Amino acid sequence: MAAADISRLIEAAANTIAAHAEELTRLDQAIGDGDHGLNMKRGFEAVRAEAGAFAAKPLPEALKAIGTKLVMTVGGASGPLFGTLFMVLGKEIPAAPDRADLAAAFGKAIEAVAARGKSQAGQKTMLDVLQPVHEALVQGKAAADIAEIADNAADATVPMKALRGRASFLGDRSIGHMDAGARSTALLVRAVAEAIERRA
Amino acid sequence: MSNVGIVIVSHSPLVAEGTADMVRQMVGNEVPLAWCGGNGHGGLGTNVEAIMGAIDKAWSEAGVAILVDLGGAETNSEMAIEMIGEPRAQKIVVCNAPIVEGAVMAATEASGGASLKEVVATAHELSPS
Repeated sequence: MAAADISRLIEAAANTIAAHAEELTRLDQAIGDGDHGLNMKRGFEAVRAEAGAFAAKPLPEALKAIGTKLVMTVGGASGPLFGTLFMVLGKEIPAAPDRADLAAAFGKAIEAVAARGKSQAGQKTMLDVLQPVHEALVQGKAAADIAEIADNAADATVPMKALRGRASFLGDRSIGHMDAGARSTALLVRAVAEAIERRA
Repeated sequence: MSNVGIVIVSHSPLVAEGTADMVRQMVGNEVPLAWCGGNGHGGLGTNVEAIMGAIDKAWSEAGVAILVDLGGAETNSEMAIEMIGEPRAQKIVVCNAPIVEGAVMAATEASGGASLKEVVATAHELSPS
């Protein structure tokens, strides 16, 4: 992947997080500690600030470096979770991935996120978006379809009862709210999918 | 020092520092001790870099037991251990215990020269299973 493409993906990711930071904070205030929007914005702005240096690296190294930057700057539980996603994606992906490479690397990255969070799909977390996105990647779905699958998956966390994270303290009262991490994951998936589609 | 070190990681620097005070009252300077709290930007939260720094400060060849409060503190501590890497990582354990009671009990055990395994087990006994 060319440096310009990596730069464009970083811009797209940072833009969507910045544009939705207040919404993410509102979602997190409802059933969490209310810092998700601010934390994610801080992390992705830190990545944006060094976009040139990341984009100059081969794709695997760029992803690993972005993951480390997110770990160090996002804070909260989201830092290690999103950081692990990018770090393992970078560890598993080849420099010029085809769709099958991406799907395989994404699968490994999700496993690592599940291990880091001691969680699994169905517990009202980012995994509830990552898993259907992975399935769509494996099935060879188009970028636009994958973005919609991610949005629908985030919506589907609304009726779920939280079993992990701060929201799980609320028990049944977590039902009826969208998980903030699922929403931010869907935002990132859509941003990346749309950036890739525009290029194609 | 050959005693196991204790690290306290809270979302709140006040809780972390207060817990460390209670540990010091019990064990004095017999145990390497460090604490961190806050997101590094003046707010509540935990921070991987700060946790790595605290582990360095409380480092002992006998190992380090970490006491945490809420989920993010645990996840960030595990991330910090992974980033520190081997060979030190195998001597660092996040305890499943309430932060204040766990820190005081673990430090008391450590001050008697107990192994990392014994220190961690003492803290774990406080946690309802």
